[in-house]
Formats: sequence, C-alpha cells, structure tokens
Amino acid sequence: MPRLSTANEAIAREIIGRYPRPKSALIPLLHLAQEQDGYVTEDAIEHLAQLIGCTAAEVLGTCSFYEMLKLEEVGRYVVNVCTDISCMLLGGDQLLHHAEQKLGVHAGQTTTDGQFTLEEVTCIAACTEAPCLQVNYRYEYRVGGEQFDQLVEDLTAGRRDVPPHGTLARVRQHIPKDRAAGNADPAESVEPPWMAAAEVSDGGGV
Amino acid sequence: MTVTNAPSIITSRFDFDDSHTLARYEATGGYQALRKALAMKPQQIVDEVKTASLLGRGGAGFPAGVKWGFCPPGVWPRYLVVNGDESEPGTYKDRLLLERDPHQLIEGALITCFAVGCAQAFLYVRGEMALAQERIAQALNDAYAAGYVGKNILGTDFSVDVVLHWGAGAYIVGEETALIESLEGNRGMPRLKPPFFPAAKGLHLQPTIVNNVETLSNIPWIVEKGGNAFADLGAESSKGTRMFAVSGHVKRPGVFEVEYGVTTFRDIIYAPVYSGGVRGDRELKAYIPGGASAPWFYAEHLDLPLEKATVDKAGSMLGSGAIVVMDETTDMVRACHRVVRFFAAESCGKCTPCREGTTWLERILKRIIDGYGRPSDLELLLDVSDNISPGIAWPPKQTTICPLGPSAVSPIASALQRFQAEFEAYIAKSPLARRSTIPLASAAPEAAAVAAGGAS
Repeated sequence: MPRLSTANEAIAREIIGRYPRPKSALIPLLHLAQEQDGYVTEDAIEHLAQLIGCTAAEVLGTCSFYEMLKLEEVGRYVVNVCTDISCMLLGGDQLLHHAEQKLGVHAGQTTTDGQFTLEEVTCIAACTEAPCLQVNYRYEYRVGGEQFDQLVEDLTAGRRDVPPHGTLARVRQHIPKDRAAGNADPAESVEPPWMAAAEVSDGGGV
Repeated sequence: MTVTNAPSIITSRFDFDDSHTLARYEATGGYQALRKALAMKPQQIVDEVKTASLLGRGGAGFPAGVKWGFCPPGVWPRYLVVNGDESEPGTYKDRLLLERDPHQLIEGALITCFAVGCAQAFLYVRGEMALAQERIAQALNDAYAAGYVGKNILGTDFSVDVVLHWGAGAYIVGEETALIESLEGNRGMPRLKPPFFPAAKGLHLQPTIVNNVETLSNIPWIVEKGGNAFADLGAESSKGTRMFAVSGHVKRPGVFEVEYGVTTFRDIIYAPVYSGGVRGDRELKAYIPGGASAPWFYAEHLDLPLEKATVDKAGSMLGSGAIVVMDETTDMVRACHRVVRFFAAESCGKCTPCREGTTWLERILKRIIDGYGRPSDLELLLDVSDNISPGIAWPPKQTTICPLGPSAVSPIASALQRFQAEFEAYIAKSPLARRSTIPLASAAPEAAAVAAGGAS
C-alpha cells in the first residue's frame, strides 16, 4: 500500500509536532512519501491530507508547485544537468547533449530499464564548479564526457553511495522530549520570559 | 591591486575537514558568543548589530539590525525564519556555509532569537541541497544534546526550538513572503506588501524576521568582537567582509570572502589570489555583478569597489554576491536567453505581467537563436519588457507583487543596449528577415515610412 507505512507515519507525526500549525509540515511530509515510494502517490496524498487535517486537493495544490515532488514514477537515479548561465559558459549544453546520447533519452525522460531519469535544470548553486550536475541531489563537479560515462557505469554497478530517488537527507532532526522548548502558538500571545525579564530590569517597556 | 588582509569572519573554519562538527566548532571558539550574548540584554545585542551596520546578504542589502527593530512592540510570539533557499543563478555561498559551518549559523540564529525575542526558529534549506540538510540535521541534534538549543539554553530562561525545514524546488521561495507561504505548507507565491511585511505580519501573521544564511553567520563574530570591530572593516556604506562567487570564464572560479566595499571587481576577477584573470588571457566582454537579476557590467566598471552604494549608483547591484564573467567568445544573445529562461521557468504565475511577459520574452529570444527571428522582434522584446517593468529603468519599477518579473528585464536591457548588432546578425540570417510580416506600429519605421509616403 503506498500510504505511509506505520514506521513512516510515526516519523510524520513527529515532524508535524514541530510546527505550530500542522500544514507547515506538508513539504517535509511530501518528501517522506516520496522517500517511501520513489514518487508521491495518490494514496499518499489522501493519507497526508488526513494527517494534517486538510483536503487532498490542498495537498495536491502544494505538491504540484514544486519541481522536486514527482507525481509520476521516475528512475532510481534522477540526473539533473545544469544548463544555466555559469554552466552554459563552460559547456553545460554539451554535457546535457552527451548525457542524452549516453542514456538514450531526451531530458525529461526515463530510460526503459527505469534506472535513470534525465532532467535539464536551472542553477543548482555550484556555479564555480561548472559544468555540474546532481544525482538524486548529490553533486558532481566539473563534469566532462568521460566522467559522465564513468558516473553512469558506477551507478549502474552500485559503486556510488547514492540512495534511490526520494531519499533526500539520511540524517533526520530529532528533538528529544526533555530538551524541547515547544512550539510558539500564534494563538497564545505570550511574551518570552527573557524579554519580559529584560524589561523589568530596565524598569519599563522597550 | 588592493588585496586587503582583512580577517576571515565567516569562512574561518573552511580549511578544516571536520569544520561541520560540534567538536571542531567548540575547539575554535564556537558557542562562546552565545554565552556572551546570554549575559547581555537583548537590546544591547540589537545595538551592537546596528553599530556593525551589517547589511543583509541575501540580495536586497537591508541593514539587519534595523530590520530586527521593525517588529511591533507587544505582539507575541515572534518567529525567526532563516532563508537558506539560495538559487539565484551565479550564487554559491550559503550552501557552503550550511555544509561547512552549520553550527556558526545555528549560533547566529540563536543569538538573533534571544535579541529579538523570537520564541521559535525555522531554518529553511533549499530542497536540492541534500548534504546541507544532513549537516544541519546532525548539527542540530548535537547542539540539542549539548544544551545549546531547546529548553533553558545553557541554564538560562532562554528557550527556543530551531526546526530544520526544507523546500522542494522553487526559486521564488527565496522571496521572503513566498518563503513564509511555503513554510505554511502552501504554493510558494509572494504576498502583497503592504500589509504582509514579515516583521509585522509574517509566519501565521505574527511578527517574523527573515534573515539570509550569510547574514546570520556573521552574528557570532559581531557579538564576540563587537559591532565597532566589524564596522572598522569595509567602506562607508558596506561594512565587514562578504562572500563573492566568481564563475564563468575565469582561470580560477571560486568563492572568496573579501573585505566589503574595498576590494574592486578588477581585484576579484584578476588578482592571482582570487580568480586570476580571464581564461586564456582573452578580453573581458561583460560580467554580471550580482546575480542573474543584475544589469551587466563591462570593462569600464572594473575599478568600482564591491560596495553597495557605488554599484547601485553605477546602475546595477551586488545582489547575492554572484559575479559571472563572460569573455570575448561569448554569444551574448544566448547568454541573454539563458538568464531570461530562468525567470520564465521560475515565475510562480501569480501576476500576469510576469507569468506571460517572461514566457514571451523567452520564446522570442529562443526563436531568434533558432534562426526564425523577425526584424520587429527587438522592438517587441523592449515592448514586453516595458509592460513588465515600466520605463525599463534601474532600479526597476514593478507591475508585479515581487521583483522576479522585472529581474528578467535587466539582461534584455543590458544585452540590447550593448550588443544589438549580435541580435541583428541572428535575425539577418532568418528566412523571415526579408519577408513582410505584420509590423507593430512602433516597431517598423521603414514600413511606417512607406505607408506614410504612399498616402501623401
């Protein structure tokens, strides 16, 4: 079932608990759903709507806005080749062309074996390392044709430490219960104690 | 050339392989500024940051200390949102700070929360930065365990949770009100200002301070060394140091922390310790001085210092500290198209002039490059630009809620002003160049002259 698994639902509830309003957790939860299934399934959208207390349409509305959230299956490895200005100046277009030849697909397509989805992207914040690309959002710098071929071979043979598409960060934030300060609820107009104390010692308002 | 020996403020740990760990951070003076801050009054910290004249490093360059003061008194809770959604083409610095010195940012955020009275902080990291998210998550987990974050920090009555949040791919979310929408779980579309100035009505309509990663990374140093020490560095309107990413056709592309306002474009592009000159010692054709939104600069601007007021006055901006160098071999029509394509792709679609305008600018440029340009296209590019940003002036006027649409106009104005011949050369080769097309009234003076001549 592509709803969130019991284990992932527990993670989802912990994430929701870190926000004053549950809907704030939506993007992290969509990533979690994508981590589980490789993309965001319809069932997952229904489930997330229940978890945060909104409609499935609202979840889809948010989901469809963001490039990283996929509503259809993609390859195990999503290869994002940058062709924006800094990369273009140093051969980004040639790299993309090479990638299309090597993988036998156009940008936006997935190889028939389901291993690779190739995407043309615009700026991934590694401009001084152009031309660059990402595999499942992990960087490869100054990539030439040979390096690209090597990368594809390594990924196919499982020689690279790249988790399958959907898994973003492999370290999760965890706030221990006894260390948590708690959410700042917008409905409760409470002045933080250290601010109140400073005012008192000043003998008046700020 | 003036290569100053200003200290590294925010990149001082970058040489250590383990710069991202708590152990290294503590061993190099980390969290001492937080201890010092907690012994001060919140207002004293705000005053130090005001003395430092720390300008926001995200793009707009607004003084951080002044921004902090905009929260309406007596309205609680206040939130801090850290903007780590770096994605302006050419920009590459916040990711380095997130990956290599996450504790410095966390400490800066904590001190800011203490100074402003923010009861909760959200660290919004760009979705595409997997390693940065891992480093921040680990750093937060370690900082919680060590008592630096959470309840009763270092045994005081200061308590704040710092929550790691991450995006999912949308440049527009770097705009502060769009970032807040995204943080509320919505599509990342900007809000109208006024009334939605974040400091007054931000996250959940509460007072919210939105600061850039690089801005906050400076805070521990300022608290430790004092605002005056920071203000001693740099120039009149631009204090301290600043990170600049130099990319494109240079010998040594890189990210450099330099003294703000003193170092010049010539220094950072040509000095051996920085980018070492244009590749192959070719001629410099143009460079983008401050990210894709900035009007282009040329050789005659090389001796301008990297200083906000000077660059603003010269007709561009330092923006997000991104310098993209183009040598004499660069096809300026393609360069222009590539920058405009970015804004067309990233328009959120909320305002019509931006949604439709950037899309059409991109299509027209594409057809020129593809060999199907029309003689009227140059006039048409300016006409569409004028509808997005009336007058095509600098700083740009807006018909839109946020500056994204007008940002697409800068590269067109720059390229057409300086390199119109390159556009015309493309169009001359087009099969449509000599075919009679339906001219825009204002676009085809020849046709208009013929019509007028025929009528008399």
